[in-house]
Amino acid sequence: MLVSLLSVALLVAGAVFFLAGTLGLLRFPDVYTRLHALTKADNLGLGLMVLGLMLQAESLAAAGKLLFIWLLLLAASATAGQLVASWAQGKGIAPWRG
Amino acid sequence: MAWLSLLPLAIDLVLALTLLWLAWRALTSPDLFRAVVLFIALGLVLGLVWVRLDAVDIALAEIALGAGVTGALLLAALAKLQPAESQTDEVAMMAPIALRLPIALLLIALLTGLGLVVWQLWVPAPGLSNLVDARLDEAGVAYPVTAVLLNFRGYDTLLELAVLLLALIGVWSLSTAPHLGDEEPEPALAALSRLLAPLMILVAAYLVWVGAYAPGGAFQAGSVLGAAGVLLRLSGWRLSLSATGWPLRLVLVLGVAVFAFIGLAVIGFGQPLLGYPQGWAKPAILTIELAATLSIGAILAALFIGGRP
Repeated sequence: MLVSLLSVALLVAGAVFFLAGTLGLLRFPDVYTRLHALTKADNLGLGLMVLGLMLQAESLAAAGKLLFIWLLLLAASATAGQLVASWAQGKGIAPWRG
Repeated sequence: MAWLSLLPLAIDLVLALTLLWLAWRALTSPDLFRAVVLFIALGLVLGLVWVRLDAVDIALAEIALGAGVTGALLLAALAKLQPAESQTDEVAMMAPIALRLPIALLLIALLTGLGLVVWQLWVPAPGLSNLVDARLDEAGVAYPVTAVLLNFRGYDTLLELAVLLLALIGVWSLSTAPHLGDEEPEPALAALSRLLAPLMILVAAYLVWVGAYAPGGAFQAGSVLGAAGVLLRLSGWRLSLSATGWPLRLVLVLGVAVFAFIGLAVIGFGQPLLGYPQGWAKPAILTIELAATLSIGAILAALFIGGRP
C-alpha cells in the first residue's frame, strides 16, 4: 500500500514537471528559455515517472530496463538541447533579456 | 470507483483525436519542415495506438521505421529541396477552386463508399490465427508473428527485402553520395554517437534474438542498426574508402542472398520452395534474420545518405 502511494506521488510529480515544461515551451519568450523548460520536463519529469513505474515493476529486470530508458534519454536530451542552443547561437539569435 | 473503468476509453479517445488532428495539420501545413515534424509526431502517436490495440510488433515497426527512419529520410529530402521550395509553394496555392471542388466531392464519395463497405464487413472474422496456433510447433520459433513472417509467409518477407534493395538501387542510380564538408561535428553529438552506437548494435542483436519468442525481429532490429548509421553519419563519421566497394555491397545484398539461397537449397532436400526441413527451421530462421538485419540496417543508412558512394 505504502509502495503504491509513493509510486502514485512520484508519477503525479512527474506529470507536474511535464505540464510545467509544456507550459514553458508554449509561453517562454525565446528559444533558450524554451529549451530550459523542455529539458527539465525530459530529465526530471521522466525521471520521476520512471521511479514511480520502477516501484510497480514486476521484476528487477523490468525495473532495470526502465532505469536504462531514463539514462539514455538523459544523454539524448542533453545533446539535443546543446545542439539546438548552439545552432541558435550560430544563427545569431540573441538571448532574451527581460 | 466506476469512473475508473472509463479511463482506458478516455485515453483511447484522446489518442484517436490527437491522431486525426496531427494528420490534418501535417497535410494542411504550408511549411514543409513543420509538416515533416508533425508527420513524425503522428508516427509516435500511431505507435501508441498500436500498443493500445495489443499489436506491439506493429508499434515497434511504426515508431522505428514509420516515425524514425522515414522522418530522417523526409528531413534529408527536405534539405535538398530547400532552394526549389518557394516555387512549388506558389503552384500549390494557385489550384483553382473549380478544380478543387470536384476533387473534394470525388473524395467524399469515395470515403462514403469505403465507409459503407467497411461497415458491412463488421462481422468478426476468424482470421488465420487459429491455423497459425495449430502449426506453431513446426515453425521453429515460439512467437506467432515471427513464425508467420519467416516461415509460413516467408515468401512475402523475401520480396519485402528485395523491394528495399531495389529502392536503394534506384537511389544509387540517380546520383552519387554528397560529400560532407570538412567542418568538425558538434563535440556533444560526437560524444553521444560514441556512447549510443555500440548500445544500438547491442539493442539490435537483442531484438533479433528476442524475436523467437516475443515482439522483435529483423525489421525492427535492422531499423535500429539503420538509425545507428544515420546518427554516425550526422556526427561526421564515414566509412573508409576501402569498405565502400564490395564489402558494403556484400552487406547490402546479404539478406536477400541468404534468404533466397536457403529458400532454394531446401528444394534439394525434397521440400517446397522456402519450406524448411523438419528440425532445421530454428537455425534457418536465425541465420536468415541475422543476415536480413545487417542488410536492412545497411540499406536504411545508405538510403539516408542518398547516392552511391
